[in-house]
Amino acid sequence: MAYSDKVLDHFNNPRNVGTLDKDQKNVGTGLVGAPECGDVMRLQIEVDDSGVITDAKFKTFGCGSAIASSSLATEWLKGKSLHEASSIDNMDIVEELELPPVKIHCSVLAEDAIKAAIKDYQEKNGIFIQEEK
Amino acid sequence: MIYLDNNATTPMDKRVLEAMLPYFTEKFGNAASRNHPYGWVAEEAVDYSREQIAALIGADEKEIIFTSGSTEAINLAIKGVADMYAGKGNHIITLTTEHKAVLDTCHALEKKGIEVTYLSVDDKGKINLKELEEAIRPSTILVAIMYANNEIGNIHPVDAIGEICNRKGVLFFSDATQAVGKIPVDVKKSGIHLLCFSGHKMYGPKGIGVLYVSRKNPRVKVTAQMDGGGHERGMRSGTLNVPGIVGIGKAAAIAREEMFEEAKRLSGLRDKIDQIFLEMEEVVLNGDIENRLPHVTNISFKHVEGEGLMMTFNQDIALSSGSACTSASLEPSYVLKALGLGDDLAHSSLRLSLGRFTTEEEVDAAIAKIKAGVEHMRSLSPIWEMYKDGIDLKTVKWTEH
Repeated sequence: MAYSDKVLDHFNNPRNVGTLDKDQKNVGTGLVGAPECGDVMRLQIEVDDSGVITDAKFKTFGCGSAIASSSLATEWLKGKSLHEASSIDNMDIVEELELPPVKIHCSVLAEDAIKAAIKDYQEKNGIFIQEEK
Repeated sequence: MIYLDNNATTPMDKRVLEAMLPYFTEKFGNAASRNHPYGWVAEEAVDYSREQIAALIGADEKEIIFTSGSTEAINLAIKGVADMYAGKGNHIITLTTEHKAVLDTCHALEKKGIEVTYLSVDDKGKINLKELEEAIRPSTILVAIMYANNEIGNIHPVDAIGEICNRKGVLFFSDATQAVGKIPVDVKKSGIHLLCFSGHKMYGPKGIGVLYVSRKNPRVKVTAQMDGGGHERGMRSGTLNVPGIVGIGKAAAIAREEMFEEAKRLSGLRDKIDQIFLEMEEVVLNGDIENRLPHVTNISFKHVEGEGLMMTFNQDIALSSGSACTSASLEPSYVLKALGLGDDLAHSSLRLSLGRFTTEEEVDAAIAKIKAGVEHMRSLSPIWEMYKDGIDLKTVKWTEH
């Protein structure tokens, strides 16, 4: 199976690898997946007072597509409002990285990680937004 | 490019190619043509190959049936016995860690009313001989247990299994695809009644395999699974693949000459790999370390996912992983799962299988690249960070997907 150039680029030069202090009030952390499933993503966002994401970091245990999906997600998150961030769809990631069907779950996991990080930030800061269903 | 996937297939030895070449062109005869020299030359070459193969596995040349490879030989052995001995019983015993060719053949027979017992293995992949003996019933006709495992390299105790089968009057078939030509195999000494292997795993060509079928004590017959000209004592019809047969014969002869030296050299290199990786943190060897094929090792690098790890070096090194992501099924290796290691270890595993043409320089380069890859992937891994922070990963609430 050949990887797309974009997956290879993110895999070889992952953006925003790292760790933010999860105990800070302005940091939201999303940890999704399970080691047994072969994918674990941790995505963190730092949010300023106006609700804009100023920094994003990730660490991922997984295949190349999972690492590329989370790397891309951190790139997209920076500078977005929480509302804009929550509208990132996994299919946007699939399209950008040209993921094959067997790797779509990697993009789903990245979307889940974004949502989980936003939720964590909101809960910490007493912001309750009705979940879209 | 460094090739460390010799359990998948081996490059052909040039000496084998040389032996085969005349049989494509000037010596092209059909071995079944009894009435002219073209046929005689081909038949002579086939007979010589039978002798070379018989000598390698301690069989008689009349007991060698040529097939297209191990998968066909496995189908012929298991289905052929089930058909031939249907009057005697309908129960087969095998292992959960067998190759898919055995397991899927058994599944197919189950749909036709054959009962199959799948024996489990312990955390080293070892079979429990007492359980095997207890699983044998009056209706048992066949025990199908591989000689050595393709993923972890475990060598099963075939002598003891053969003893049990012979004492109980049950046929013993062994898929020896990974063993023949790598370690000594003696079907008579081990009490094996049917045994198979293929050319391309022993530096011979693809598309040729062997099924050994015992002719004496006991005389075993298998029902042909293809109808045709009645070749190979009526058990496998089809014009003989003479170049392939010459090739697997030559490969067998070379293996018989060089196997011991080669095994010694490769196990030295393999042990070096193990030793260096075991010096790293959170690395485990999978399988029965004391009873392994000399050229194979299966290693889990904890907190690193196998396919991602392979991406760090797959421009330079070819090998296999038990990770789900390397297969279409998204399921991690069922063999590693059968050891009860947990899916996380299966996802983190690499299989390195060395071969005749693997050099020490290649091994050293591969070790360095894999080590760098593991370190890089761990720097990206959240569960490595959690492990380093002293978090017990078993207590974390994961979101399975």
